[in-house]
Amino acid sequence: MLLLGAVAYDPKVVPIWEGICAWLQAHGVDVEPVWFFRYETLVQALVSGGVDVAWHSPLAVVQTERALHRRGRTLRLLAMRDTDQDLTSVIVARRGGPSSLDTLRGRRIAVGAWDSPQATLLPLNHLQANGVRPGKDVDVRTYDLLVGKHGDHVGGERLAARALRDGDVDAAALFDGNLLAFRADGSLPDDAEVIARTGMYDHCAFAALTGHREAELDAWTRVLLTMRWEDPVVRVLFDLEGLREWRPGRTHGIEPLRHAVATLDHEAADRVRRFADTL
Amino acid sequence: MRVELGDLAIDRGGSVLVANALRDAGHVEVEGTDPELESNLRAWARARGHGADGKTVHRATGRFDGGAEVVLPTGTADARWGFAPRGARVEAGTAAWNWPLDDAAVVWDEDAARIYSSAAARQWDPARDVPWDDGFRLDEPVEAAVCQVLTYLVENEVAALSVPATFLPRIHPTFAEVVQVLAVQVADEARHAAVFTRRLGLRGHGPGTSGRGGQASLASLLAEPDFLSATFLLSVLGEGSFVELLRWLADCAPDPVTRAVVRLAAQDEARHVAFAVGHLRRVVERDPAWLDKLAGALRNRSAALAATSGLNEDVFDALVVVGAGSLEPDAIGRSFASVADLVRRMDRARQGHLARIGFPAASAIELSGWHTRNFM
Repeated sequence: MLLLGAVAYDPKVVPIWEGICAWLQAHGVDVEPVWFFRYETLVQALVSGGVDVAWHSPLAVVQTERALHRRGRTLRLLAMRDTDQDLTSVIVARRGGPSSLDTLRGRRIAVGAWDSPQATLLPLNHLQANGVRPGKDVDVRTYDLLVGKHGDHVGGERLAARALRDGDVDAAALFDGNLLAFRADGSLPDDAEVIARTGMYDHCAFAALTGHREAELDAWTRVLLTMRWEDPVVRVLFDLEGLREWRPGRTHGIEPLRHAVATLDHEAADRVRRFADTL
Repeated sequence: MRVELGDLAIDRGGSVLVANALRDAGHVEVEGTDPELESNLRAWARARGHGADGKTVHRATGRFDGGAEVVLPTGTADARWGFAPRGARVEAGTAAWNWPLDDAAVVWDEDAARIYSSAAARQWDPARDVPWDDGFRLDEPVEAAVCQVLTYLVENEVAALSVPATFLPRIHPTFAEVVQVLAVQVADEARHAAVFTRRLGLRGHGPGTSGRGGQASLASLLAEPDFLSATFLLSVLGEGSFVELLRWLADCAPDPVTRAVVRLAAQDEARHVAFAVGHLRRVVERDPAWLDKLAGALRNRSAALAATSGLNEDVFDALVVVGAGSLEPDAIGRSFASVADLVRRMDRARQGHLARIGFPAASAIELSGWHTRNFM
C-alpha cells in the first residue's frame, strides 16, 4: 500500500483525497491518504519515508529538494493539475497610485502569508530582480493567515487585496487567477490596475523521492493520468480540486521559486531557508 | 473567429465576450488594447480548461462529449438528463439522479399541457370568491353538522394533497407537463383544506369528530406505492365520488359560505378526475394488462379495510342534518332519502369513470362496489 500525504488547508481537502484514493483503489491501486496540518511536517514525512508520495505546494517541493540535496538525493514530480502550469503573479495598484515598480519606492505593498509562493515569495523576488529591494526600498506588509499552508487557502492574499481596497497600502501582490476572482467578488477596488507581472511558474505537484518505490509509484501515476473529467464520479472530485486533467509532472516550472528562495533578501525567504536547511 | 474587445479588459467583462464566441467556434482570436490582455486571457482560459496560445483561445474539448440532448422519450427517460428542460444540452459528467417514474408509457400524457393551462387559468382566490362577510346564522345543531362534514372534508383534502405530492419528486423532469398538472392538484387541495378550515372556525364552532375507519381508509391511499394504482384509487374512484358529494353540498348546504367553498372545490376536483380518467384510458389503450393491475390494487385496498367501518357514522348523520337544514322530522326524512340517493349517484359516477378507462360494464359495476365506504 502507498501512503499519500496532503495538507488539509481546507475542510474540502478531506473528501477530495478520500475520493481520489477511493477511485484509485477501485482501479487497482492501493493508496491511502494521510492528513497533515502544515507543509513543513509533510516535507519531513516525505524525506524520512513516512509517506510515499506527497501532494506538495511548490514551496514544499523546494524545501524538500534543499533537504534532499544535503543527503545526495533528488525529488521526482510525478503529476500535476493542468491548472497548476504556467501561472503568473501580478502586482496591482489603484489608479493615481504607483504605476510601475520604480514608483513603488517609498510606498507600502501588501503580500500574502510569508510562506505563500504566489502572493509573497515570487512577487517580492520580482521586485528585487527589478532593483526594488523589499523591506528597504518598499515597505512590505505580510498578511500571515494560516501560516504552514503555503498560501493554498487564499485567505492572506484576499486580505492583501482588501488592504489595497481600503487604502491601507499602495499596492498588493496576488496570483493571476485571483486577480479575476477578486475583481468579480469585490475584494479588489474597481480601479485596481496591474503594474507588474512575474514570469511563469508552476504550482502544486505530486512529489516522491527518486529511488523510493519507483515502479509502484510509476504504476500509480499511470492510473492517475487515466482519470477523466467526463466520468461523473471523477467530475465531482476534479471540480472540487479545480482541474480538468492531470498532467505528467515537470520540474522547470519550479525554477523561479528555487531561485527566489535562494536569492531573495527578505525575512520571508530567510525563514524558508532556515527551515529547509536544518531539516 | 475573431473577437474585438477594444479597451475592454478580460478581467472587466472581456472574458464574457470570449466565452460567447467560443460557443460557436473552436478557436477564437482575441484583439484588444488592454496591455494585460494576453496574460489575463491565459489565466482565464486555464481556469476554464481552454487552451491559450498568445491571443488565441482553443475551446476545451470534452465538456459535452458523452453528454446528451434532453428530449421527450418514447421509452425510458435518461437519468443523466437531470433537471434540465427538454431541448437543453446536458454537460458530460453530470451526475444521474434516480427518478423511479421514468417510463413514458406510465407517466407521459399528451393532454397534460392542455389540462395544466386550463387549471392555471381557473385558479380562484379564496379572499375574493367566497362571501366570508355574509352575516348568516345557523341553528346550533345545523352549524355543528356543517362543521362535522367540513372536518371530514379537511381530512380527505389532506390525503388528496399527500398522494400526488409523494409522487411528484419521483417523476422524471422531462415529463414536465405531468409534473405541472400534479403540482397544481397539490396546490388545489391545499387551498380546499384552507377554505374548509376557515369555514370551520367562522362561527366559533370548530372541528367535530374524526373516525378510526375514515382515517384508516385515507392511510391506505398513501400506502399504495404504485403511481398509476394510486392515481386510480385517489383521483378516479375517490375524487370521482367526492365530486358528487361536493356538488350535492353546493345544492343543499344551509349557508352561502359553505355552498361557495364546496362549489369552487368541486370545479377543481372534476379537473383532477378528468385528467386521471383520460390518463389511465390512454395507458390501458397502450397496455390492456393495466386493467387487471388496477383492479388488483382496488381489491387489495378493500381487503385491507375489511375490518374497518368505513365512513364515520357522525359524518353520515351530519350530512342528513346539513341537507335538512333543521332537526324538523319531515325535513330529516327528505334529506335522508337525498343522501341515500347521493350514495347511488356516487356509485353510478364511479361506474362511468371505470367504463371510460376501459373496464367492461359488468366489471365496472362490481369494482365500483369494492370502493371504500369512506367515499374518498
